[in-house]
Amino acid sequence: MKYTQGQYIITEKMAIAREIYSFTISCTEVAAVAAAGQFVHIRANGFTLRRPISICGIDKEKGTLRIVFEIRGEGTAEIAKLNKGDLVDMLAPLGRGFTVDDSFKKVVLVGGGIGTPPMLPLAKIYGERAVAISGFRNSAAAILQDDFKSTGAETILCTDDGSAGIHGFVTQPLTDLAKAGGIDMVYACGPMPMLKGIAAICKENGIRCEISLEERMACGIGACLGCACRTQRNDEEYFAHVCKDGPVFNAEEVLW
Amino acid sequence: MADLSVKVCGVDFKNPIIPASGVFGYGREYEELFPLDKLGGIATKGTTLHLRTGNLAPRIAETPAGMLNSVGLQNPGIDHFIDTELPYLLTKDLVVLANIAGSTPDECAEVAAKLESTDVHMIELNISCPNVKQGGAAFGTSCDMAAEVTRKVRAATTKPLVVKLSPNVTSIADIAKLVEAAGADAVSLINTLLGMRIDINTGRPILRNNVGGMSGPAVFPIAVRMVWQVANAVNIPVIGMGGVSSGRDAIELMMAGASAVQVGAAIFTDPYAPVRILEEMNEWLDSKEIASVRDIIGTVKPW
Repeated sequence: MKYTQGQYIITEKMAIAREIYSFTISCTEVAAVAAAGQFVHIRANGFTLRRPISICGIDKEKGTLRIVFEIRGEGTAEIAKLNKGDLVDMLAPLGRGFTVDDSFKKVVLVGGGIGTPPMLPLAKIYGERAVAISGFRNSAAAILQDDFKSTGAETILCTDDGSAGIHGFVTQPLTDLAKAGGIDMVYACGPMPMLKGIAAICKENGIRCEISLEERMACGIGACLGCACRTQRNDEEYFAHVCKDGPVFNAEEVLW
Repeated sequence: MADLSVKVCGVDFKNPIIPASGVFGYGREYEELFPLDKLGGIATKGTTLHLRTGNLAPRIAETPAGMLNSVGLQNPGIDHFIDTELPYLLTKDLVVLANIAGSTPDECAEVAAKLESTDVHMIELNISCPNVKQGGAAFGTSCDMAAEVTRKVRAATTKPLVVKLSPNVTSIADIAKLVEAAGADAVSLINTLLGMRIDINTGRPILRNNVGGMSGPAVFPIAVRMVWQVANAVNIPVIGMGGVSSGRDAIELMMAGASAVQVGAAIFTDPYAPVRILEEMNEWLDSKEIASVRDIIGTVKPW
């Protein structure tokens, strides 16, 4: 585990959907050690608690990270006020990321809403070996579809209201892919009911599944034990912590 | 460079800054950011006789200039602490305050007794955790129980005994006097204030435990007031805490009567807060040409 805290320059800011922002941050030493599935803990000016935001892009050559986040409350609204050229205070990179295996021939990435961004670094790694299923409320809320396409991954878009892509939940195309077989791993991030459904599909079809969880968090590094998650290890119930034991968990560990 | 060293009931601290129990675990996570040797001491995560799993999530909520927590004393138990965490901390140049808690006075005493054969420097008895159903604040808000649990732990240990007080009482000075009479060598205060937030869209409390302990800059004036009242009521040292987030805050709490200062929620905002606070204290003392931080303890001149 290697993390630092510092102030880093925002080199690009884009509004990519309603109340959803993308920052590119110049942070060479963080980018150098960051891995898919990890997060950054960002200070919101005037607030006591930092806000955990998953990493959406890692460019080790340029020394940049990309984050994509949604305004969920006052803290994220404050972070969204930052502009290109401003400094952002980050404690990063944090947490345990996704298991990446070069020998995998086919993986499925499932993102729901603002759970989609952490799937993008995996798409970059697996390229054509990945199928990226993304689900959103409607077409206006859909994000990152061109980014996924540019990695070479196959993309499947779902919307709750049918205004773009498949009319329905991400679990429909996932079930079809699972039945067709040949999947080495499913990675997922999104709302808990979605993750629960995905975990069940994977278990039924004997597919390994890793999910990224979120929880209200304080320290971000495993000291305060604020972000508890009920898990099972060696048949014993164990309160793991999203910040240090996660945010990525083996889906079978999680007690829903 | 001012002399930052202080002495609390016979224990020498090279400086008065101590990360408060609960925010800092057993220190390992923060070593990635700065050497623990920079700290005056560490108050370790509240430890009970047996492993405790703690409360369900969410355990954390933001509040104006502060936060709520309801962790519920999740900890691996005293044996794990003694075998795994304490030996490591004792290799560092800082005072280790083992924060202990229990459901009954006898259980607290048993935990203290287990520490008797270790080289831990001080015991901080938590009689004020607001997040557990038994023990915790149930001790710290009852005069009789506060005295009884202090007496039992006193009988079980020869270590310097610090009793951590709850602010959720009518008169914290009265409780302080009782624990002093029951054998405490020092008191530390304030633990968190009981608070609550509700998500008005769902009608549900944000914390799964419904209520939790409030900390952060919002509680600082209450900490100053209570430290001042307690320091005037007892003849044992006071370790102050509650919303300290700058060197000026730490100086202010010491002027109110604190011999040392614990730092809690500020660490979540700025993980380097304890180190920064020390630098700021030193700068302030130098700017006022005060040679030793000890010279400001209890120097407030009340109207």
